Amino acid sequence: MELFLTIVQVLDSTIRLATPLLLACLAGLYSERAGIFDIGLEGKMLMAAFFSAAVAAVTGSVWLGLLAGIASSLVLSGLHGLASITFRGNQLISGVAINFLAAGLTVLVAQDWFQQGGRTPSLFGGGRFEPINFPFAEALSGVPIIGPIYAELLSGHSILVYVAFLMVPATWWVLFRTRFGLRLRAVGENPAAVDTAGVSVVGLRYAAVAICGVLCGIAGAYLATALQAGFVKDMTAGRGFIALAALIFAKWRPWHAMWACLLFGLLQAVALRFQNIDLGGIIIPVQVMDALPYILTVVILAGFVGKAVPPRAGGEPYVKER
Amino acid sequence: MTLMKSLMGAAAAFALTAGAALAEPAIIFDLGGKFDKSFNEAAHNGAKRWADQTGKSYREIELQSEAQREQALRRFAEAGANPIITMGFAMADPLAAVAPDYPDTKFVAVDVSWLDAPNIRQVSFAEHEGSYLVGMMAAMASKSGTVGFIGGMDIPLIRHFGCGYAQGAKAVNPDINVVANMTGTTPAAWNDPVKGSELTKAQISQGADVIYAAAGGTGVGVLQTAADEGILSIGVDSNQNHLHPGKVLTSMLKRVDVAVYDAMKAGEDVETGKFTMGLGQDGVGVAMDENNASLVSDEMKAAVEKARRDIIDGNVTVVSYYENDSCPALQF
Repeated sequence: MELFLTIVQVLDSTIRLATPLLLACLAGLYSERAGIFDIGLEGKMLMAAFFSAAVAAVTGSVWLGLLAGIASSLVLSGLHGLASITFRGNQLISGVAINFLAAGLTVLVAQDWFQQGGRTPSLFGGGRFEPINFPFAEALSGVPIIGPIYAELLSGHSILVYVAFLMVPATWWVLFRTRFGLRLRAVGENPAAVDTAGVSVVGLRYAAVAICGVLCGIAGAYLATALQAGFVKDMTAGRGFIALAALIFAKWRPWHAMWACLLFGLLQAVALRFQNIDLGGIIIPVQVMDALPYILTVVILAGFVGKAVPPRAGGEPYVKER
Repeated sequence: MTLMKSLMGAAAAFALTAGAALAEPAIIFDLGGKFDKSFNEAAHNGAKRWADQTGKSYREIELQSEAQREQALRRFAEAGANPIITMGFAMADPLAAVAPDYPDTKFVAVDVSWLDAPNIRQVSFAEHEGSYLVGMMAAMASKSGTVGFIGGMDIPLIRHFGCGYAQGAKAVNPDINVVANMTGTTPAAWNDPVKGSELTKAQISQGADVIYAAAGGTGVGVLQTAADEGILSIGVDSNQNHLHPGKVLTSMLKRVDVAVYDAMKAGEDVETGKFTMGLGQDGVGVAMDENNASLVSDEMKAAVEKARRDIIDGNVTVVSYYENDSCPALQF
């Protein structure tokens, strides 16, 4: 029973840690499926984390904070779109620039605004997303097996967690069951064909980048106003890059993205819970667990587990006529 | 052309002498940034106190990446700043490389104690002694018999904190269970409050009801989650009691501000060599103020005061992690 409870707690932690990864990963999925590589996920999340926390702190309303976070992330998305779609610049360079811009700008604005050394004041009350408790969670928690799973694992997360996981089937449906999704995927594979059919390549790519911005905005707001109670400089701590790794790991597919993010979240949760894992004589140091997401991605990229083929037109700006 | 050249030369020479004549002190903050509510902020407070009292100015830089360490040191040394104060253990190697090139400049290295150069003042703190005292308070405040420790980056200095803490806790209650976690092994571990929160939740689920965070910006997440979950936390370096009044048991004060203030006050004549600031010199201590008054019992105060005297008099010895790179009270 003790062991079972520990497992439930680790899985609970997994869900919390996987949520920002999942949102960022789906954001990248839309963008990259449309042929726009986006390594600026990290920067967009950071920007959204700051603005959501700042606006929530000033207004006392977490919902306004969420909107501000999404808006700030959308602005960066627009910038990325402008550079890489309209001006046909290098998408990787634009993404890197966004990361730098966000890292510097958040701290600068925060210091100027709140004078607390690049952080926002602590949020309380309506300034934070409170956990949602499912009905009967309290009453059922005593029931063996099902009780803890229902009360601890499924119930008691903030609304953004449920939004993130609902986004997975939604993304699958949009991409694979709607006309918009078909065109979006086509634009990432063969933009010339889409153009010939009379559909705007530029419009579709901007739409994809905008969806990416909204999802990154939710991810950032989740970090700053649900998991934490405020913004701290560089608080995304590389999660945007892990999300990119998860995207490659998932081979640009929504359901696989969820499993990849859960796996990476689980690895983190296990590493946090058990510092050194003793496997009958062999001790696995915690550093190995921390590095595993990257190692797994390299293994995938090397083709051991299967080939990860990115969308064919990814990274290339579309030029209508030569 | 020649006129231009000589003009430029004159200007350069003037700039150099102007820099040398000023001889402002300079301070290099570590990656956590000067408002980390912790170690660097304490240094910032010390420097500001000096500036406010004397009306003089000082130069400062907040490092943004590892690569800037040596560059920042050299720039200040070239500009004639004296003394140059550096924060944190990670400046040791750049200092060892730069200090011999500027024999007339005095360097002050806070948290460094192992360099060999005539122009460096090395100030280290007996963190294990201060941590011992907060460890005692943690054990006395704990009802579950389990207390936690969350470190930032896994380096000997942070183990040193954890080791003193565990010894203090075990001095009060030999059967106490001390759960210790480190946030990571890269400097990002100083600024990851999300991970700090998860570690706190993990320790709470293992029974901890008092958690000591020695983790820079990550500690903000630890203190927040501890307050949310209704358990007690212990802050570090600066007085962090005010962050969550009534929820932070105490803070282990490391008087970095005093070290910085003293160095700036002495100016160019600052004494070099190795200095340790312990309980005896008020270099470390526990924070008592109105924010934690309701949490600290008279019994705790008396016990801490007695232990403080015993350590100063040598009746109680707190084993330092540095002595043989291991801790008698805690396994990392």
